[in-house]
Formats: sequence, C-alpha cells, structure tokens
Amino acid sequence: MQLIFSIITQKELTEYLQNSEDTIVALATPAGVGAISVIRVSGPKSIEVVDSIFEGNGRIINAKTHTIHYGKIKYANEVIDDVLVSVFREPNSYTGEDSIEISTHGSQLIVQKIIESFLEKDVRLAEPGEFTKRAFLNGRMDLAQAEAVVDIINSRTEASLRGARNQLDGILSAKVDSLREMLINSSSMLELELDFAEEDLEFLPKEKVIERIDEIVIEIDELLKTYAFGKVIRDGVNVALVGKPNVGKSSLLNYLLKESRAIVSEIPGTTRDVIREEFSLDGILFRLFDTAGIRLTEDVIEKEGVFRSRDAVKNADVVLFLNDIIDGFANDLYKELKQLIKEDKILITVNKIDLLHDHIIECDVQISAKTGEGIESLFKAMKQKAIGSENYSEKGAIVSNLRHFNALKKAKQHLVQAKESVQNGMSGEFIAVDLRNAESSLGEIIGKVTTDDILNNIFAKFCIGK
Amino acid sequence: MYFDLIVVGGGHAGIEAAHAAAKMGVSVGVVTMDKSAFGRMSCNPAIGGSAKGHLVHEIDALGGIMGQIADRSGIQFRILNRSKGPAVWAGRCQSDRKLYSVEASKIISSTENITIVEDSVIEAIEEDRKIVGVRTLKGNEISCKALIVCSGTFLNGLMHTGLNATKGGRFGEQPAIGLTESLIKMGFEAGRLKTGTPPRLKLESINYEILEEQPGDENPQPFSRRTDRSKFPFLPQVSCWLTKTDSSVHQILEKGFDRSPMFRGLINGVGPRYCPSIEDKIVRFADKPNHQIFLEPEGLDSDLIYVNGFSTSLPEEIQREAIAKIPGLENAEMVRPGYAVEYDYLPPYQIDLTLETKLIKGLYFAGQINGTSGYEEAAGQGLIAGINAALKILGRKDEFVLKRSDAYIGVLIDDLVGKSTDEPYRMFTSRAEHRLLLRQDNADRRLYEFGHRFGLISDNELKEMKEREVLITKSKDLFDEIKFKPDEINNLLESKATNLIDNAEPVSKLTKRPELNLRDLLQELDLEKYPLVNSLLANEKALEQVEIELKYEGYIQRQQDLIKKMEKLEEVKIPESFDFLKLKTISNESKEKLHKVRPRSIGQASRISGVSPSDISILLVYLKN
Repeated sequence: MQLIFSIITQKELTEYLQNSEDTIVALATPAGVGAISVIRVSGPKSIEVVDSIFEGNGRIINAKTHTIHYGKIKYANEVIDDVLVSVFREPNSYTGEDSIEISTHGSQLIVQKIIESFLEKDVRLAEPGEFTKRAFLNGRMDLAQAEAVVDIINSRTEASLRGARNQLDGILSAKVDSLREMLINSSSMLELELDFAEEDLEFLPKEKVIERIDEIVIEIDELLKTYAFGKVIRDGVNVALVGKPNVGKSSLLNYLLKESRAIVSEIPGTTRDVIREEFSLDGILFRLFDTAGIRLTEDVIEKEGVFRSRDAVKNADVVLFLNDIIDGFANDLYKELKQLIKEDKILITVNKIDLLHDHIIECDVQISAKTGEGIESLFKAMKQKAIGSENYSEKGAIVSNLRHFNALKKAKQHLVQAKESVQNGMSGEFIAVDLRNAESSLGEIIGKVTTDDILNNIFAKFCIGK
Repeated sequence: MYFDLIVVGGGHAGIEAAHAAAKMGVSVGVVTMDKSAFGRMSCNPAIGGSAKGHLVHEIDALGGIMGQIADRSGIQFRILNRSKGPAVWAGRCQSDRKLYSVEASKIISSTENITIVEDSVIEAIEEDRKIVGVRTLKGNEISCKALIVCSGTFLNGLMHTGLNATKGGRFGEQPAIGLTESLIKMGFEAGRLKTGTPPRLKLESINYEILEEQPGDENPQPFSRRTDRSKFPFLPQVSCWLTKTDSSVHQILEKGFDRSPMFRGLINGVGPRYCPSIEDKIVRFADKPNHQIFLEPEGLDSDLIYVNGFSTSLPEEIQREAIAKIPGLENAEMVRPGYAVEYDYLPPYQIDLTLETKLIKGLYFAGQINGTSGYEEAAGQGLIAGINAALKILGRKDEFVLKRSDAYIGVLIDDLVGKSTDEPYRMFTSRAEHRLLLRQDNADRRLYEFGHRFGLISDNELKEMKEREVLITKSKDLFDEIKFKPDEINNLLESKATNLIDNAEPVSKLTKRPELNLRDLLQELDLEKYPLVNSLLANEKALEQVEIELKYEGYIQRQQDLIKKMEKLEEVKIPESFDFLKLKTISNESKEKLHKVRPRSIGQASRISGVSPSDISILLVYLKN
C-alpha cells in the first residue's frame, strides 16, 4: 500500500475523494500562443456544461463517446470561437470520467473567455496534476506511468521532459516487465520440480538457475546505474560554489549565467550568505549555491551564515572549489571541505589563468572567468561529476524515481540471496522464497502483484497431469 | 423427520462434515444414494501427493478422519520430494479402493448422532433466506437447521465416452437431478466443469516382465497422528508399474479425434489444465514423443489396474486399440473405458470463508460443488463446513476460518472465495506463499488447538503437544547457549567433511550446516550435564522440530516477516453491511467483483483478481472515514 501513498498521499486521496464529484477544467496545452489550444474538462457535469455553451449540428449531450463535433462556443450571446469538441464518456477517457476536450484557435483571450464561462457554471479550475491523479485513481494507468506524468508536470528542463515522456511511454515499465517475466520463467522451473516431482519432466539443473539469476542481476545493475543520470535529469544538480574571497566567484557566476543564456531565475538565499541561481546546460538543470560564507571566520555575527553555507556544501552533488592561480591552492579550506563532503564530489578548479600562463597547479580544471578560457571543460567536468562518465540516453530505460531505484535494489538483494541458496545446495522451495520476493519487488514498480502467474506459466508450458 | 444438520452426499467432503458435526453434538442426517458408497474413490485409488499430503495431515490435526482411513486401507506408502527440504515432503499412498470405502463406512456408522438416509435430495427449502429442510426423491421432507451440500460430480452429471453420453455422476451410478435447479431458483449462479478418468485394465493381462517397478518406501509412514505405529502398515504392500506412450499410440488416438466429445464441442464444462486427457496432451504438446503412464493396482483382492496418466473420453474401441500399443499392455484386457464427466458447480464467490452461502443462511457448500477437484481438497472443505454448521446450530458465536498462514486449507478456501475458480481447483505447494511454515511435520503444532476447541482433538493429545512445545522452546534457547570448543567437535566435523572451527561455536549455529544433523551433534555433549538434551533425544518429534527450526531459521524468519506484513491488511476488517457499489471512484469491474465476493478484510480484497492496488487504497480511505 505504501507504494500508492508514495505518489498520492493519504491527505490528497481523502481530499480527492471529497472533491471527486467536482467537474474541473484547465488548459491542457502550454500557456502562450500556439496554432491551437486545448481545454480539458473532466467530471460528472462536463458533458452537460459544454452542451450548454456549444452550438453545432447536434447536441453534445447526445454525442457518443470518442466522437468529434464542429461548432461554436457562445458566451453571453457572443460567439467566442469556432471549435472542435471531442467527447469521451466514462470509463474510456484519460481520467476515466466523462471528459471533453475543446480545441480552439490559439489565443490567450479565447482560452480565458471559454474557461471563465465554465467557472460560472459551477466548474472549478483543476489543481496541477489533478487530471492525472484522477486517471490513476480510476485505474487508467499503472503506477510507473502515473509517476511519469507527475514528473512531466514537475519537469523543469527539456531533457527532464524527454526522460519523463519516455517513462510514460512505458520504456521502464516494459523493461521491468520483461525482467519479471524472466524471473517467473525461472521460478516456474523450480516450482515444477516441487509440485510435479512425479511427472516425467526434465528439471532445470542448478547451474542454469544461477546463470538465469546472474542474467537478471546484470540487467538490474544496468538499470541501477542509470539512476544517477535519471536523478540528475529529474531533479537537477546542486552545485556549491566555494572559494576564498576574491578568487573570482562572482565573475565566474556571471559568466556561467551569461554563457548558458537560459537563466531560469534568480532566487535570493534565505540569508545574504547563500545566493541561489538556476541555469540549464545541455538540458540539465544546475542549481548554483554561492556560498560566500564558507570561509573560516571568527566573526560571531557571521556564524549563522557559515552554518548555512556548510549546509549547502553538505547537500551538494558537486562542489565547485575555486582557487586563485596567484594565491595558490587553498589547502586549509580544502581540508575543511573534506570534512563536510566526500572528496570525489569536489571539483578542484583554478581561476585566473589569463594572469599567469604556464603556471601549473594540480587541479581538475583550469579556467579564466574573465576570458572564458576553459569554461567548456568546466561544464563537461561538472556534468561528469554529477552523472558519471557513462553516456546514457534518455531513449533507453532510465530509473529516475527513488521508489523505483529502491525496489530494484531490493530485487537485486533477493536475487543475490537466492543465488547463495543455490550455491549452498538448498532445494527449490528455499530458492523460491527469494525469487518470489524479487518478483514482488519488481511488481511494485509496475503495480503488478499476482501470485497465479507462476502456475499459469507452468500449465501453459509443460505437459503435466498424472 | 428432523436433523439439526443434513449432509447431502457421503463422499470425502460429506463424511468429514458429518463426522465433525456429530462429534460436536448435533444430530446429523447423511443423505446418500448408496449407503455402501461412503468415501468412494471416483477416480484414482490414491490419497496424498504434493500439497495434498499436507491437506491430509491438516485434516488429521483438526480431528478429521481422512488420514486414519487412508492409513488403514493403504497398500503402498511413499514420501514424495524426500531429496528436498521438509516443507515439501508429502505423503502419498495407493489405497485399496474397496477397503477405503469399508473403513469410511465403519467410522460413519459407529459415530454417535449420525443417521444414514438412503435417498437423493432433489430440492432445498428455504424460508426468509434461511434453510429449513430438503425434499427427497422418495418423496420425504426432512427439516433441519443447516444443510451442507457435498454432491461431488453428481449434480446433473453427464458422462462421455466418444459420442455416447450417459447421465450419471460416476460409472454405474445415477446423477442428482433437481437440486441445482432449486438452488438457481433461490438466486444462485451455476456453472459447468469437467473432469476425466482413465480406463481400467485386468490385472493379470499385463506383462510386468518388461515394465519398470515402482515400489513403496521401505519404511512406510502413516498420515494420521492417531494411527498405532506398531501395527502399521495394516495391509500387505504392493508396487506400481511404469510405462509410456509412443508415436504409434498417439497415431491411433488421433484416429478417434473426430469422435472426441471434447474436440467436437459436446462438452461445455471446463477441465483442469493440470490434469489433461491424453488426447489433450497429444494436441497441446505435439513435440513430446512420450507420455508417462502409471499402472496402479486398485486393491489387494481387486483384479483391476488403474491407468494413471491416460484419462480419456475417446471412443471405447480407440481406447482399446491404443492401449494395446503401449509396451507391457499388448495383451491387456480393458474392463472399463475411460470417460469424461461433466457436472454442475456453483462458482465459489457465492460462499463465505466459513463455506456458508452468502445468499441463504444455514446453507453450506463443500467439495466439487465449489469447483475443486481431489479427495483431499473436498475433505478439507467438508471438515470446515461441518464445524461451522455445528457452531451455528449450537448457537455459538464463534466461527472457524483458517488464515492462509495457518494452513493449506486456509489457502484453499481463501483462493476459492476470492478468485472464484473457473477450472477445477487443485492444491499445489506453490499456491501457499507461506510454504516453509505449512509443513506436514508441524500440522499438529499449527492446528491442534483449533481441533481441541471444537472437541475433535482430545485433552491428552493437546497436552502432549503442549509439553512438546515447551521442550522445543527450551531446547532452542539452550542450543544458543551451549558452545562447542574446537577440540570437542572438530573430530566430528572432520568425519562429516565439513570445515573445522577455530573458535567455540554454539550448537544452534553448527546445526545450520547441511552436512550435520542435530542428533549427531548432541551426542558429542556431556549428556549428564544436560537433562533437557536427554529428554529431547528421547522425543523424536520434538527433536525433528528443533532441527528444522534451527536449520532453516533464516528462511523461516523471512516468511514470518512476510506474514506479519500481510496480517496488517488482514486485520483491517470490512463490515458485512458495507456497500461496495457506493464506491464511486473505482472502476466498474472492480466494484462488481468486490460486490460479488464481499471480502471481509482488506487483505482478502487485495487478492481478488482484477482489484488493483489503487482500488484498495480508496477502499482503505473509505473505511477510515
């Protein structure tokens, strides 16, 4: 059950149940000017309400499900737009409820007027993600799909959107489903030997069981490895910018923001000591925390600021540790950093190389925030620190959700235990304990939990029956 | 005529139901068409097997009679899966078909409170949705407070051999007509199932010289804890024989496919996938060159051989011709052809976990009427129905429902009610998610207390078990404490070809090694120092339990964790009056399934096929409000 509540909390569910009688409306296409806009209405009154403002050949209230109707939307006796109305009757709609989609010409004014006309008729504006929640609660999509839709709604950058889309398309679901099927096949072979010992059948030799378990573990490992990448495209990368005063933090910051040309926002920190900037690079969202206050200070007034800066370092995925080529490597600060965060997360960067050419300090990247030299390498290094050196594509199956990651890890643990049981010469019923647990962990990702699959598989594949 | 309880049918379900209820003190009338047919085995002359052996042990531990009857009439005993762990060891016996029935009759006719009525029930009578009696073929009306229907394959039974169809529930016996219709009138839904039986051959017409012999165990083990081991086995022991079909057999069978009632669509009932007819096997597994045949004797003074693995409804002459092509059966004389039998069943979503119907109070179904196949599955249900009917008649408020983690019987009934099978349901160990805990060897530890509560297990039996329980617990604690030093145990370890130890290790840890057994280890101790160990060594049953629990501790622990997790969901009860149709936010399909099954707990609801996890979370929210 916890899996349901991980994406929809008990409170949300209760609220939903109280509000599920409501009919809701929202613009389904992105806000802004496009060729067309689509307004979606869902809920028990949707058909009736659209019917009351629509003028066409027939009445919407009599329309069959999955039909499209051309006509005019009228509001206060004024024709607002020529539209196409698509009718979906429950349960065969996106949300599982009666739903209407109105395609209008892409004008904010038109959209606004149509939505206003709904609001006057006891229809309320949908909350973000509410259509999807209704879809999930009405059993219109599986868990992984619903979570992907929620990710889309929350996705901040293009790559993240691609990642979420392909999960929605079911790439992860399909992958996990195929792993689960492999497991069910192996379990069937073991169960066959236990329940049909009397039959004249060939049973799976133990080495083969191990081989099959290994195959599945390798596949799970591959999926687990994509998590760092998946998490990055989903959540973005937290970068803490650390350095002594006057090493060029502000100029680097300005350069990065200018270079990325995609400033998302400038959010002032909760104290003047931590400034947060967001920018996107290659479709990955970077959140930069400028930690002016990390320096070792005896100043009592600044202690609070230091405390907050240290927190930013602790929570960072990458620490951009900036040094001045002239002042040399800030060893004392580095020692301080190492106490806060694992060394491999620290990206040692040397700035101001335009001032002192041919001088070498041991570091990861050398840059000049003034001339832009080495900035490309810095980008690359930051990306690599965050997602590792492997090159993943959002087109493959990617694990970007912590629940999925944990379920896969659990499945792997069970498989490793199962393998140990085989190696210790335990008989099938013991191996089956962990294979089943592994199967149910995989099933949690896609919301499938049935115990009959193994027997059905046996009946289909083997000639049994004394 | 009046009985507190009427039991329709004297088969494996009927006799357990009648016996349990009578022992609990209610008057029972058993209505059977033939009073010499108690416990008659319609199909193979065998009891037990994988998971079925477990059921027999559970029935026995609850005070049922199947184990004792099987022990007294068994002519070959084997433990299956001996090479595997104790959880899947399963007893199986070949029975003397005639003696099985004789032993069953002896128990039924000697049980106080049971009256045998030779008749056939044609109608059940209800008043205000409560059962009040039955009408019989001979024109009698018998009133009652409760009725258990255990009609086996007799409800509108129809037997097929080739294109010939004969009305009847079993070879040479009349079907039960009318009862299904009266139940449908009350509002029940009925369906149709099919099962089959193979031909019978003449014992002396088989050439055993060239067949592989399959003897019983050298040291046969009884099913029942009440069987006197000093006299067991009661009967001389015999062997079975193995042979197999080949392509020449298959070719002949194929010639008869145009007259197969199955392939011609004359049979409407759904047959079991795990027990297909020989013609089904040939068609579905065309690339399999041979199919194994088990030749099983029907009894000590019977001249019949049961051809297990060759269930068929092809025309008689095709059966005869095909059998003659099987090695060893060249000159075999076919005494009776195989046939398929179709019968009515009432899809089991209509019963509750007590086996009482949801529609009519006081009416219970047990056995094949609920869609199961197998003697053991039937007997298990008969026992539960008998106990629950008696509890109700006696006005006791408690009811008897076994959980999935208690027993295979619990798994069986929970599956039936929640999944409402549409093919004959047979028990398999893989159906039990708590398989490692539901063993034959601990059936008494799991179930004696229940049996005792209903007066079916004696005070002495319970006391012996409880004393053993104390010994088991104390021993396990002690074995964590007693440690062997390397010089005390390394000799034994070396002789058993297992790693020597460098530091002292507790007995409990060493027991986990597959190469070692507990008895050997304990014999290395200074026994004078440990009187408890002496008592344990003298108590074979307790020693076995301690060894199993120590050896498989990790696995057992993991299954127990799972039970705890599941039990949280089982504990969330759904009130009987809950209106599932009111749930607006879940799909119509789930709503209807929930409405049909009327689950009593969230756990039960979550196992209904087609009910999704999101439906369950919605249900949870509703229940909390």
